[in-house]
Amino acid sequence: MSGARLVYRVTQAAFVAAVILVWWLVSRNGYISPILLPPLTDSVHEFVLLIERGAYWPDLSVTLYELVVAFLIASTSGCLIGYLVSRSRFAVRVFDPLFAGLYSIPAILLFPLYVLFFGLGPGSKIAIGATIAFFPIILNTIAGFDYVDRSYITAARSMGASGLQMFWSVMLPAAFPVVLAGLRIGFILAFLSILGSETIASLSGLGHRIVSYAESMDPAKMFAYIFLAIIIAFLLNAFVSTVEARVRRRHG
Amino acid sequence: MRNGKFAVTVEGVSQAFGPEGDPRRVVALESASLEVARGELLCLIGPSGCGKSTLLNLIGGLMTPSAGEVAIEGERVRGPLPKKIAYVFQESALFPWRTVLDNVKLGMAFQGVPRGERDERARAALTTVGLADFADHYPAQLSGGMKQRAQLARALGLQTDILLMDEPFAALDEQTRMVLGEDLSELLARTGKTIIFVTHSLVEAVFLADRVAVFTARPGRIKTMISVEEGHPRSRAFMTSDKLGRLRNQLYELLHDEIRKTMGDTRP
Repeated sequence: MSGARLVYRVTQAAFVAAVILVWWLVSRNGYISPILLPPLTDSVHEFVLLIERGAYWPDLSVTLYELVVAFLIASTSGCLIGYLVSRSRFAVRVFDPLFAGLYSIPAILLFPLYVLFFGLGPGSKIAIGATIAFFPIILNTIAGFDYVDRSYITAARSMGASGLQMFWSVMLPAAFPVVLAGLRIGFILAFLSILGSETIASLSGLGHRIVSYAESMDPAKMFAYIFLAIIIAFLLNAFVSTVEARVRRRHG
Repeated sequence: MRNGKFAVTVEGVSQAFGPEGDPRRVVALESASLEVARGELLCLIGPSGCGKSTLLNLIGGLMTPSAGEVAIEGERVRGPLPKKIAYVFQESALFPWRTVLDNVKLGMAFQGVPRGERDERARAALTTVGLADFADHYPAQLSGGMKQRAQLARALGLQTDILLMDEPFAALDEQTRMVLGEDLSELLARTGKTIIFVTHSLVEAVFLADRVAVFTARPGRIKTMISVEEGHPRSRAFMTSDKLGRLRNQLYELLHDEIRKTMGDTRP
């Protein structure tokens, strides 16, 4: 690590430490009602208990299940439809602006409708996660395949590439980095919207648990779950970034 | 013209872009005719937009002419002929997600070379262009000159009789370009390939070519053919010779007015 980067990291760590310190001081001396901001030590204690007892698993497993299913639906449909659209100039001209326009609408507004359709359980969360993740995935898939450098295609054609070889050896690897970026954004958005929608109307899941502890005036437990959600988000992000970096390394 | 005496025959070939009657219709090339003998290096030179790259793509079967006929070894061209013709493009036509070696091998896979032969042939091609030590590098890790040598290796690996080169050294600096020109001349002497080479550089054209086809401004027609009577491989001595200077000046005279025309200049 170079000197400058070390300074950045130390400053970042100091900032986080300062936030924790402020919390600790403020909650300890009773400046803020413990209902709003419980003592840091209580929250940490609850978090340790939560991890030790494994009580988080039923909710975490529901949230992860929703995420996986929503992402599978969004990625298969987004990549497939995106690729088909990219095949025709006409379709790109028609659908690309259409999907871009739809992407800018806050899709969370569909959530009440989805609750009516799919109920309070995981169904409505999967639907909202898949809807929100679908747009960045399809838009990047269209962009990725549409902007493949013509010189790659011409070169492959001059060397006699068949249709199948053109797809597997040229189009797919050329479009892949852009498609991958769309998948990453879609994955993160699906996770965020699933957590968010769980806090609105749900029967279980991390978001559900956080709201229920807030409503039952048990903020230490609520923060324990928020810590857990932050850690999960961090791990998922690190996982996706690692996958992306590994694939991207090939592209110099 | 079907006796196959020439490697490449172009007869009355025209190419226009855009529908007939449209004011934006562009005639890129107008009734071009030429023959390229086996083992000859022909340079195409002319102002921008004169249709020299278009002609190259018509010869390679990447485009179909609006009129006229192109034949390779006496057979009419109807599409790409990967077994007979290999290309070297201006830039960035290497696949960046594959190593240099895999780029060469992928070309062979497209062409239909059996899997077992590819590795050996690809390494031999890389050795020919002096890139054997860079087989496992990715294109992004190479300099501009090395990238073009890698592209040349990919084309050589296909073992075609004809090589079409579309301004392959245009993006390189003058020194690198000269060295690659010398290498190409040597390759020609050794392998006897037929090469058609599009260029903007007067010196490059004279240094490399057996004949130079000079194009007029758009609509492009072949204005003159100049013969450079000098055997391959050509040396540095030829680069600095009076003969090269004289031919270069002659070429400049021929091109000067055409280039003014493309800039909208109508001065006499």
